[in-house]
Amino acid sequence: MEAADIHHIGNPTNRVDGRLKVTGAARYAAEYEAPGLLHGVIVSASVAAGRIVSLKTERALSVPGVVEIFTHENCGSGAWLDRNWKDEVAPPGHPFRPLHSDRILFDGQPIALVVAETLEAARDAASLVTAAYEVGQHCTELEVKRSQAYEPPEKRSGIPPPPEPRGKAEDAFERARHRISADYRIRAEHHNPMELFATTCVYEGKDKLTIYEKTQGSQNSQGYVTSVFGLKTKNVRVINHYVGGAFGSALRPQQQLFFAVMASLELKRSVRVVLTRSQMFYIGYRPETRHAISLAADNEGRLTSIIHDAVAATSHYEDYQESLVNWSGMMYHCDNVKLSYGLAKLNTATPCDMRAPGAAVGVTALECAIDELAHAAGIDPLEFRKRNFATLDENTGKQFTSKALGACYEQGAASIGWERRSAEPGAVRDGHELVGLGMATGMWEAALMKASAEAKLTPDGRLQVSTAASDIGTGTWTILAQIGADALGLPVGAVTPLIGDSSLSASPVEGGSWTAASNGSAVLAACEAVKQTVFKHARKMANSPLAAASFDEVVFLGGRIALRTDPDRGLSLAEVMHASDLREIKASRKAAPKLLQMRKYVSYTHSAVFAEVRVDRDLGIVRIPKIVCAVAAGKIINPKTARSQILGGVVMGIGMALHEEAMTDHRLGKIMNHNFAEYHIPAHADIADIKVIFVDEQDDKVSPLGVKGLGEIGIVGTAAAVANAIFNATGKRGRDFPITLDKIISG
Amino acid sequence: MDTPKIEIALTVNGARHDIAVAPWETLLDVLRERLHLTGSKKGCDQGQCGACTVLVDGERINSCLALAVSRDGAAITTVEGLAEGGELHPLQAAFIEHDAFQCGYCTPGQLCSGVALLHEGRAQTREDIRELMSGNLCRCGAYTNIADAIETALNRQNAGREAAE
Amino acid sequence: MIRFDYVRANSVAEAVTALSSPGTRALAGGTNLVDLMKYDVMKPRRVVDINRLPLKDISERDSGGLRIGALVTNSALAWDARIAKRYPLLASAILAGASPQLRNAATTGGNLLQRTRCYYFYDTSTPCNKRDRGAGCSAIGGINRIHAVLGASDSCIAVHPSDMCVALAALDAEVEVEGPQGVRTITFPEFHRLPADDPQQDNTMRADELITAVILPPADFGRNHTYLKVRDRLSYAFALVSVAAALEMRDGIVRDARVALGGVAHKPWRDKEAEGLLKGERPDETTFRAFAERLMRDAKGQGQNDFKIELARRTILRALMQAAAGTPQNQSDKVIR
Repeated sequence: MEAADIHHIGNPTNRVDGRLKVTGAARYAAEYEAPGLLHGVIVSASVAAGRIVSLKTERALSVPGVVEIFTHENCGSGAWLDRNWKDEVAPPGHPFRPLHSDRILFDGQPIALVVAETLEAARDAASLVTAAYEVGQHCTELEVKRSQAYEPPEKRSGIPPPPEPRGKAEDAFERARHRISADYRIRAEHHNPMELFATTCVYEGKDKLTIYEKTQGSQNSQGYVTSVFGLKTKNVRVINHYVGGAFGSALRPQQQLFFAVMASLELKRSVRVVLTRSQMFYIGYRPETRHAISLAADNEGRLTSIIHDAVAATSHYEDYQESLVNWSGMMYHCDNVKLSYGLAKLNTATPCDMRAPGAAVGVTALECAIDELAHAAGIDPLEFRKRNFATLDENTGKQFTSKALGACYEQGAASIGWERRSAEPGAVRDGHELVGLGMATGMWEAALMKASAEAKLTPDGRLQVSTAASDIGTGTWTILAQIGADALGLPVGAVTPLIGDSSLSASPVEGGSWTAASNGSAVLAACEAVKQTVFKHARKMANSPLAAASFDEVVFLGGRIALRTDPDRGLSLAEVMHASDLREIKASRKAAPKLLQMRKYVSYTHSAVFAEVRVDRDLGIVRIPKIVCAVAAGKIINPKTARSQILGGVVMGIGMALHEEAMTDHRLGKIMNHNFAEYHIPAHADIADIKVIFVDEQDDKVSPLGVKGLGEIGIVGTAAAVANAIFNATGKRGRDFPITLDKIISG
Repeated sequence: MDTPKIEIALTVNGARHDIAVAPWETLLDVLRERLHLTGSKKGCDQGQCGACTVLVDGERINSCLALAVSRDGAAITTVEGLAEGGELHPLQAAFIEHDAFQCGYCTPGQLCSGVALLHEGRAQTREDIRELMSGNLCRCGAYTNIADAIETALNRQNAGREAAE
Repeated sequence: MIRFDYVRANSVAEAVTALSSPGTRALAGGTNLVDLMKYDVMKPRRVVDINRLPLKDISERDSGGLRIGALVTNSALAWDARIAKRYPLLASAILAGASPQLRNAATTGGNLLQRTRCYYFYDTSTPCNKRDRGAGCSAIGGINRIHAVLGASDSCIAVHPSDMCVALAALDAEVEVEGPQGVRTITFPEFHRLPADDPQQDNTMRADELITAVILPPADFGRNHTYLKVRDRLSYAFALVSVAAALEMRDGIVRDARVALGGVAHKPWRDKEAEGLLKGERPDETTFRAFAERLMRDAKGQGQNDFKIELARRTILRALMQAAAGTPQNQSDKVIR
């Protein structure tokens, strides 16, 4: 067999954690035991603003089994300075401190923690805690605060503010042959991972904790705990081996972590705190956004003006920011662009990054507007996009490291049968249903973050690769094993990946679609270093067949190191290690972005999403028999798990298009549908055929692996493709998401 | 109120457990907190997501809405009991093969629900599978893969039956 | 969840006795009661477990029709061969509701006693007359897109959430209840009530009565029936509007018609007077449209739910067309034909 034939990277590989997950053996944060474990239940505020006048806990304390009730009056104190409460991904502002004072900043704010010997006692007692409030003025309605939107004075790290205007967008708009102006509204969404937020804090003795935590970053949680509670890093270990979904909601340490640790330190016992599903509606969310977009094109359908102004909600205590409008300056070629983005403060918790934060909504608005302009210009919307293809990032003038979007357009269109699309809306009928096709472009950044990893080879031919990354369903366990296996020429089964533990090599939070590229590259680098060491020892051996070879001339294959040109001549890894009396070969390496390259290049993942919808013309019921998502994401490490990432993004995009919204009673400042029965996410019956295409894309600059990342791109563009298909089917524009059936029948 | 605990017997995955429970303990909490069978998941605790689905006397139910005391004497199968002697249930194997999960948290419920669906014998079409699995939400969006896995297991089961006939 | 006392009833008489002490609730499948107890909406001091009672049979009645024991689960009922053959409308309505696992636990009696899905009823931090008489109705002027357009009052605009009950209303079912005074039968229209000034009362049963059975009179609509449910997602969601329609057709003419609506009122909605409009008419769009207009004549929106009035008209029309054509809606098929 030729060495080149063995490639785990690029091979559809079953999840290495699959067996644990299908047998119920994979343990999540709430599923660890500890001797004498106590249970904490959080009591939430029932007003949106004001202060607590009194908290009555007597009845609750009388429930058998209750150990303690923490309120702002007796809570263990955390750090004094704001900066101690800031986690790695905190936006500018004053981070929320649970039980810090009597002040109420938002409905659902935690006001007490009941700790009891059993879950039932804690839950029962929590229902008996009553609070009296001095109710303050609140506002939860973006529309009311829209006119007071402001540009955030301090920018959030890692989020580029809108670029300076280029050209003369207003003038060009006024002069243009074809133009549209429209307002889009995308309502607040909640992540709602299936797993309830949970922390099991195991008290290991004086100021020493092992914390099983639902987080996308064990080291971010560890840093938060050490900084807030003044503990030593070596005494706080955070474990998140399995994370039951997160989608951004577990990037920042959430309430339950603070509570479990605080109670554990105060009571010197192990404590578990689990949020209820309802409480999960108050820990961060995708903010509602309003988008005013004006677009213009010339006779040939070339964009001559793009104006995109967006307003997003944030809390009273932090300026949460996303890259919301920047996409409108880089997705298409246009000389006259004006983008702006403001925040409005509401009495809610601070929003939190949710799958493709910024792009998921900003691109939705833009891509609907593009469809509107193409229609106004009488040009097929796919053709319109091709005519306006951007070969550069025009926001920065930098080149793309790769952009196989053209292939996405071609292959996606062929797969959905785009030629079937009628240019005239409402023209295709099948029974009671109107049939339509729509499409949109998607885009997400391909980032490489600083990450480190360790690789360790043992004489039994096993490789261990480790980094403090997380697998929130993304497939990290599996791809790291594949990368290690490929590097050392081992079967995947001979590689033990270790992640989900703050004691491992430094890693950023698992988000932004950067884990495969960042942690993957670090693992690759560590493995390369191990290979160098093996090679060094192999060459030194007596009568080594590799004595004269250079590193470039050897290959690692089937547990051996051998000559590339004559694989029969080589040594087993075990032989090499025995000869040098090595119990292990270990190396740690880092991956980091190439700053020099970044001065000239930018990297993005691209996609083209095509949707077929069927709309009952009387009842407004929308069905989506098919979606095609064609993605250009560089090298695909594991086509099987990669496909799943895209499927998941598309399903969430369908949710954005048709189902998901927080319904807030602005009189009360309360979210009213804070449960899975009334906050609808797509169910099995809503999801029919989704086709995922990965187009070929070589990129030797984006990351050492050529990988771009896939966690976000699936959602970007999906809601717009569905909305545009609904327009093609019915002639009705859905500009207010989700497009529920009432909007279709009464629009 | 000082209600004494009530002695009940549950046969879980073939093993009998005699335990004393408070009336307000749900079957899900007894499985997870008392018997440490944490495979059955709590996703909403209100019967709205299906992650807690288990088989009670062969039928799938939401264990979060069942008071343990009212299921005294029942035979319960959880995800931990689907494999036999280390060999995965065909549906478990199909889930791995079709990548029918991502985070894995809804998976035990999907599996118990899917195993029940196979037994019930009411799903004939892909549409039936989707409808009869709609009580199990999956936020990772693995629905198409779950349907593929169930269809595979269903076809295998039907082929097995035809061969036997 | 709160703490409560638990007793297990071994006979209907025992259950009835238990129910006569205040603050006691009967527990069957638990799919609604336990749910509401977890949200602290219902706080019984004592729960009487009726699951061991011999109310799990479906039996023939001498006068024709079937008697369905109160503890027959929704699944057992929907998949029962007699129901499938003689009352397919009922089977279809049940299968349109909830999920297989909920239907496996939920019982016939419990389904009748399902409480509303009003957001405010479920959230104890908001005023609600149904939970707390005199507290006020937050849904009026609030989030009310799922609320009632018919029969609502100034004190409550909640809707009854059941699908099964909509079919039972169309089938002229009766409810058999047993209390300290013995057994009595309540007709379906009399069983659930409109909210009026005392919305905390969903039905006309007394607190110490127990549902023992639902009685189905003989019915034969051939294939001229349908259960059509419109909701915000394609499954596992409560109805925005649903229609149970059954027509008795002869020689191309409607001889008898039963139409019940779900999702629009505090109870399954029927208007026998309006149904009279259909009798003797041709089963065509004009007839059905006029009927739908009439049925929704007194409908009143609350703002967010205004759309339900027109949606209900259109759903009624489509359902009647399906019933007339003998093409009942299949609940797996998401195309509304």
